[in-house]
Amino acid sequence: MEEKKDVLILAVESSCDETAAAVVKNGREVLSNVISSQIALHTLYGGVVPEIASRKHIEKINYVIREALDQAGVTLKDLDAIGVTYGPGLVGALLVGVAEAKAIAYAAKLPLVGVHHIEGHISANYIENKDLEPPFICLVVSGGHTHLVAVRDYGKYEIIGRTRDDAAGEAFDKVARAIGLGYPGGPKIDKLAKEGDPDAVHFPRARIDDCPYDFSFSGVKSAVLNHLNACRMKGEPVVEADIAASFQKAVCDVLVEHSMAAVKDYGIPKLAMAGGVASNSALRQAMKTACERRNIPFYYPSPILCTDNAAMIGAAAYYEYMGGARDGLDLNAAPSLRLGER
Amino acid sequence: METDRPKKVLALDSSGLVASVAVVEDGPAGGNLLAEYTVNYKKTHSQTLLPMLDEIVRMIELDLEEIDAIAVAAGPGSFTGLRIGSATAKGLGFALDKPLVSVPTVDALAYNLFGTDRLVCPLMDARRNQVYTGIYAFEGGRMQVLEPQMAVDIEVIAGKLADRGRDVIFLGDGAPVFRERLETLLRETLAKAGKRFFFAPAHVNKQRAGAVGALALEYLKEGRTETAAEHQPEYLRMAQAERERAERVAAAQEGAK
Repeated sequence: MEEKKDVLILAVESSCDETAAAVVKNGREVLSNVISSQIALHTLYGGVVPEIASRKHIEKINYVIREALDQAGVTLKDLDAIGVTYGPGLVGALLVGVAEAKAIAYAAKLPLVGVHHIEGHISANYIENKDLEPPFICLVVSGGHTHLVAVRDYGKYEIIGRTRDDAAGEAFDKVARAIGLGYPGGPKIDKLAKEGDPDAVHFPRARIDDCPYDFSFSGVKSAVLNHLNACRMKGEPVVEADIAASFQKAVCDVLVEHSMAAVKDYGIPKLAMAGGVASNSALRQAMKTACERRNIPFYYPSPILCTDNAAMIGAAAYYEYMGGARDGLDLNAAPSLRLGER
Repeated sequence: METDRPKKVLALDSSGLVASVAVVEDGPAGGNLLAEYTVNYKKTHSQTLLPMLDEIVRMIELDLEEIDAIAVAAGPGSFTGLRIGSATAKGLGFALDKPLVSVPTVDALAYNLFGTDRLVCPLMDARRNQVYTGIYAFEGGRMQVLEPQMAVDIEVIAGKLADRGRDVIFLGDGAPVFRERLETLLRETLAKAGKRFFFAPAHVNKQRAGAVGALALEYLKEGRTETAAEHQPEYLRMAQAERERAERVAAAQEGAK
């Protein structure tokens, strides 16, 4: 009888400002995870500039893929498939990865699997938590996304809540800019908040009638800006650390509260977090405490797997591949791709 | 072992509205265009380019391992279109371990009119009254680049052509866009020198991967190749944000003086 063969996938990710490639074995074992970050470049502009990001991707992509294969100690001949992020994201940036991955798959005669970027973030949890299996609730929080997702099975997702305006990470970036911390705002607010009083200023926690799992962060962002203005008008000192801590607490409270409601209402007592903001230390602590109180297992990836990376795309591609998903040479970038659609 | 097998290149052009792929083979009397697939329809290069390539590869029963290089119209052109072509070429080069030949888009356009005794002036619409253009002539059985490809206002290239005072053939997607301007800017000036300008006909007036591949074979003989990893498009223009930032920095330096 033939022994069950390992499945090796090369994954490529270029949806925003990180050019990334990884080799993943059987969906859960990362053999390499190479990320070429453009953060320093985009800092000059106070945020990601799509055209510059796209130019950087094409400059780096072959080196990143070569490095991923070399670090994993494999060649294209050893692979079973190529996975690539095809949406959502910046269309010009996505196209670089998609065109490159398609050409490699074509020339190397390998199956191609298009992956949803958020599916990747969710699947990052499988890598370090070998026991994690669906169903579970996943809170996806990043600079571009804020979603509460019911993960029914591998590749089966139901979005139960989403942001109505700014993504959580976007609010962090905007507030960081307003208090002079610069880009990217998330890690900078996280750090400064450690020195501040989270109860110094009360910022609003938005709730949306009839949609208990939806989010809105533009209100809290505006409240911070108004508070800063009021302080300046009145000549009162602005304590940045207090504002950072209070703002962060307002955001975390809402994220935790909505996640707990979803876990309870959907009867799925298992929670995971994903996306760049899932690295935020206050959010991790608050969510951990809330889950412990309810005796719910709580999962989150290491920071390197929270940020945009290709290992998570490899994990997602593996489950799609095993489920029979294959894409053709006409695969296109889908900047507004919805989770669960192919 | 090095064989005498003729060199073969696979060529791609997705720099403009046209998507085009070709396989060109070198030969003692000009070589052969083994296959070309050119579509000037909707701009969906990301979806069409690779299926088009697959189609010609199957029709001519080409083993991709047999090709010597991958040629790509490297720019200027639509930024996104260029990257689709370049990323496709880079992926093919990576997987096949073959070199790339980066062919300037405007040069490849001009090469469509090989052999004319008139000047050749491709015009690609670059928006904001600008064109991607250059001036070429065919002398001694070769294409001479008289003005390398550039992004300039239509008046600038018209001025350069007026100075040269020779018959000119225009081509490219900018030709219909700037036809009336050229009538005004150039018709009379050239007439005084007894010269005229013309527009190339449909079969040779847009991007053709066959021309990219044929020119790439010349480059290949001169060793003008690059690795798939180092290849990137030649945009001829900064990104808007870069340009604006450069202007701000310059203005700040001016203000500090």
